[in-house]
Amino acid sequence: MAFNYDEYLRTKKMPTLWCWGCGDGVILKAFIRAIDKLGWNMDDVCVVSGIGCSGRFSSYINCNTVHTTHGRTIAYATGIKLANPDKKVFCITGDGDGLAIGGNHTIHGCRRNIDINHIVINNFIYGLTNSQTSPTTPQGMWTVTMKRGNIDPTFDACNLAIGAGATFVARETMLDPKKLEKVFVQGFEHNGYSFFDIFSNCHVNLGRKNKMNSAMANLEWIDSITASKTKFDKMSDEEKVGLFPTGVLKHDTTKNEYTDMYKKVQEAHQNKTMVQF
Amino acid sequence: MAREIISTGNDLAAIAAVDAGCEFFGGYPLTPSSEVMHTISDLLPRAGGAAIQMEDEIAGVCCAIGAAMSGKRSLTATSGPGISLKAENIGLAFIAEVPLVIVNVMRGGPSTGLPTRVSQGDVLQAKSPTHGDYKSITLCAGTLSECYTETVRAFNLADRFMQPVFVLLDETIGHMSGKATLPTLDEVKAGIKLRKTFDGAAADYKPYECADDQPAVLNPMFKGYRYHYTGLHHDENGHPTEDEQKCDALLKRLFKKVDAHTDELELNEEYMLDDAEVMIIAYGSVALSAKEAVNRLRAEGIKVGMFRPITLWPSPSKRIKELCDKFKKVLVTELNLGQYIEEIERVSGRRDFATLFKANGRPIAPLEIIEKVKGM
Repeated sequence: MAFNYDEYLRTKKMPTLWCWGCGDGVILKAFIRAIDKLGWNMDDVCVVSGIGCSGRFSSYINCNTVHTTHGRTIAYATGIKLANPDKKVFCITGDGDGLAIGGNHTIHGCRRNIDINHIVINNFIYGLTNSQTSPTTPQGMWTVTMKRGNIDPTFDACNLAIGAGATFVARETMLDPKKLEKVFVQGFEHNGYSFFDIFSNCHVNLGRKNKMNSAMANLEWIDSITASKTKFDKMSDEEKVGLFPTGVLKHDTTKNEYTDMYKKVQEAHQNKTMVQF
Repeated sequence: MAREIISTGNDLAAIAAVDAGCEFFGGYPLTPSSEVMHTISDLLPRAGGAAIQMEDEIAGVCCAIGAAMSGKRSLTATSGPGISLKAENIGLAFIAEVPLVIVNVMRGGPSTGLPTRVSQGDVLQAKSPTHGDYKSITLCAGTLSECYTETVRAFNLADRFMQPVFVLLDETIGHMSGKATLPTLDEVKAGIKLRKTFDGAAADYKPYECADDQPAVLNPMFKGYRYHYTGLHHDENGHPTEDEQKCDALLKRLFKKVDAHTDELELNEEYMLDDAEVMIIAYGSVALSAKEAVNRLRAEGIKVGMFRPITLWPSPSKRIKELCDKFKKVLVTELNLGQYIEEIERVSGRRDFATLFKANGRPIAPLEIIEKVKGM
């Protein structure tokens, strides 16, 4: 039997405002299938998003949803999660939203290791607002603000998340929805900050001036810059240049989760003791 | 029986929040407000709530708004520079109608200004902290007791009007230590009025569909009533819309829900005005000096009284007009270079007030007011 997405979607909001061929819909479907697999009640789920094409993600899902200001998704979600530790909280950001204006909150969400699932829909550009440079725009590419080629070095979001202390870090692309679903399930189940750098296409606002003016051309480029972690780890340093490893890059279950620790804070204040680690 | 405790203004604001049922605090250290966070970071976890020091001022208000969206009474505390940073997200709380209490312990500005010194320079900021159209509700404590009672009132008003409510303290009131007379805990608990909720069928729930003078009815999250919060203009279910009628109705309702119910908001103190020949208008810590000046001038036989707005925004426009029509001689004194006087001039139509302003971080002393009144 075909999977019924409708019960997870606000069907009245369809069609989405995403462009024809956009990868965000693939990520939305994988997200829904992962939640379905986990059997979570959507009344217990809160999806928080920011500003950008990815910001509209929350409005399509039939659960408790919040569309916040640009970059502040993690901060809003931290309040929701800390005030409701037994609920499932998701953050959907873009690369500009989560790594530029919201970079500070991403760092500190990772550092706290609060049980939030943070999906960065990384399309390498400010798509919604017509092609400004993002922290993940590759060097040399045309953007509307760097028409002679972007000189800003490219951010590796997973390295940032690993360095900042996230305990589950994965990278996938929307080219393989089954793999995406699998990694989502694994990360959503993880008790701690789960960070997903998901490559998506924007053939309209990244591709049009960078010789990948169709979804397929943009997807081929995404394929060309990724390699599975297993393959990547065996490569020489020269071979690794310009490539991003995919798969689960970090999974550490030994670190304390923030809301679990905060329960200890409550007990310590009530019993006038110090928190025990 | 009222309670009497020795405390500071900042501590009283924190104690009041917890007594009023606040369950969440999000903030960032900022002089001279930090003691609110110091105290509540002990009180809240003790009471089963949570207080978190975030990575910056913006995150502080955002997580407090997030907790409030989920249904918890929520607080943030800061000073003027922090309000400047939080402003965009305070705007989201206005348009999405999220109840939130914001304590601002005012210090000298602009910019970093005079971090440890007193000011009332954020009065106009409290009226218009962020871009766009909305109606501020701003309460201003003028005594230690009011640091408590106005914080409690702010929580009830935030839930009544479903929007941010500012509590202005100034550095003097915030750091002043002394005896405060407080209502009993039972009285505070009995006065708690939580936000309205919808208990019909989830399919019939339209959180933003309400009378044109009423706030949205936003059920707590995770209870089976699913809806959408957004900072965009939105329809009856909270979904983004650019429909011209819906956008128009939303903003007009944000105005009218406050403007049509100012009787629920207005609170003033009138001190010895009945037989007075001179009226002093002051608020916050300046009113402490003004009251002392009134007492000393009265001892010399000079008939002076004081008008003190406690709810600054919306202003008590009708009462200010009545009093300015009645008193020929009016002195307006505030710890800025003339902010609230703009409102007093606007509502009274007069431009001939005597003024005593100061914005150098020093308080206004009773003697300065006495000299000013004698020269009027």
